[in-house]
Amino acid sequence: MSKQIFAIFNDEDVLMKSIKPLRGTGVNIKNVFSPFPIHGLDTELGLARTRISICSFIYGLTGLSLAILMTWYMMISDWPMDIGGKPNFSYYKNIPAFVPVLFESTVLCAAHGMVITFYLRSKLLPGVTAFVPDVRMTDDRFVMQVELEDAATEAEVTAVLMKHGAEEVKEYGK
Amino acid sequence: MNYVITKNNKTLSFVLMGVGILSIVYGFATDSLRAWGSLLMSNFYVMAIALAGVFFLAVQYVAEVGWSVQIKRVLMAMGTYLPYAGGFLILIFAVGHHDLYFWTHHEYYDKASPEYDRLLDGKHAFLNMPFYIARLVLYAGIWSYFALMLRKESLKEDIVGGVINYKKSVKLSAIFLVLFAVSSSTSAWDILMSIDAHWFSTLFGWYIFAGMFVSGLTVIAMLVIYLKRSGYLPNVNDSHIHDLGKFMFAFSIFWTYLWFSQFMLIWYANLPEEVAYYAFRQDHFKAIFVLNFLINFFCPFLILMTRDSKRIKGLILFIGSIMLIGHWLDVYLIVMPGVVGEHAKIGITEIGTTCFFAGLFLYVFFNSLSKAPLVPKNHPMLGESLHHQI
Repeated sequence: MSKQIFAIFNDEDVLMKSIKPLRGTGVNIKNVFSPFPIHGLDTELGLARTRISICSFIYGLTGLSLAILMTWYMMISDWPMDIGGKPNFSYYKNIPAFVPVLFESTVLCAAHGMVITFYLRSKLLPGVTAFVPDVRMTDDRFVMQVELEDAATEAEVTAVLMKHGAEEVKEYGK
Repeated sequence: MNYVITKNNKTLSFVLMGVGILSIVYGFATDSLRAWGSLLMSNFYVMAIALAGVFFLAVQYVAEVGWSVQIKRVLMAMGTYLPYAGGFLILIFAVGHHDLYFWTHHEYYDKASPEYDRLLDGKHAFLNMPFYIARLVLYAGIWSYFALMLRKESLKEDIVGGVINYKKSVKLSAIFLVLFAVSSSTSAWDILMSIDAHWFSTLFGWYIFAGMFVSGLTVIAMLVIYLKRSGYLPNVNDSHIHDLGKFMFAFSIFWTYLWFSQFMLIWYANLPEEVAYYAFRQDHFKAIFVLNFLINFFCPFLILMTRDSKRIKGLILFIGSIMLIGHWLDVYLIVMPGVVGEHAKIGITEIGTTCFFAGLFLYVFFNSLSKAPLVPKNHPMLGESLHHQI
């Protein structure tokens, strides 16, 4: 893995304005950490669109299928019951009664699946040390992660970052 | 920049109105019951769209929304149709009440008569002619007043500037929303639920509101796209269309939620007095009943689900047309089986009558749109709307 350095900014406007010229000079910006969402930052960074919505759709379909299987097995196949004068011998005639279950199961699987996927993808698991280049990024500073092509250019890149408004440039955890 | 009415706009609305008048005449010549039913449902359908425009406008003011400032004049122009719709509402009831609402017949309230109806007599304190007409006048009056006042304040703001008119609009909108919360429910009972006067459903008002709001949002999105394509509203970008698409998507699901909640409870409890409404519609209008649910839920749900599809203007127009047909069927299924009975059909009378009201709506809409600048000049949050990005 090539070396990473972190530029710390005091103001999100300065950070936003610095992204374009920095990329123009060949600085490889990997990520930006911020205490709050900055409008238009993902388009400025040119990040790829999240694929979590596709996951969510698949999880939802899974939940729906599981719930159909469950209601069919429990209420129709294994132990049909006469509830409110509606004998459960066919699935489609009783489907309105199952819709709340199907809906809830779809939502449950989609929501939990998304949260778990997000945690896995961001490497946030119980017992794992979180990736925090600088603790102030959870409070009032904005941190830009920059990847160096080769270690020789470090001083050069640092100078460019400082020129474009960075408060300080540091290495991970120092 | 003002909107300039094109020749095509005029031709379209006059052709629609002409076709509509011919169909209404044809309807009364062939089957007057169907003609009355069509008048009621078509007027309600188009009125609901205009009313949803004003409701959406009031929500934008009260929530102090920034992104929608550019399309506010479209909403205001939709609202100017309400006085006409209210007039038709009262006129249709005044002339056609005997055919439309069986509770207006006198014999049901005469204890000596063999026709005496204990259920209707029990509801007589609410469903009687003077109170009913007073309510209709009140609805039409309240809705039109707030629609026109909000527009007036905004037009004044263009000249005066400052935030005085904006603050006044917020206050007016807040009062309107409170009144609308009550009147949207009670007007649904009065205009639609009292057709089947023996039947009742506590969710009905919300269900009607949901249908009204989603068809209104669809029309808003389609009109904004039309204006954009004709070269107006240059600063409306994909994000605005995306937001309108999100509204269409979300409120289609909301409509389905209420439709199903009302249906499932009645289906499950299976009480004769409640189930009569659905049993009649399922026995005689099974295809429309199923179609109504399918095209109002699955089409918007599956097609508008992804982010990209909400940003394609052609797709919004396409799915919007389907949803408008779907919600027309929804209103049809509420009104016509009750008024006409099992022989209700969809034909020239029904479609033509809706054409008349749609033509009138478009005429009034384009007319008032052309009379004021298309974008409010001095709105305090105009800048936010011009640079909207999501």
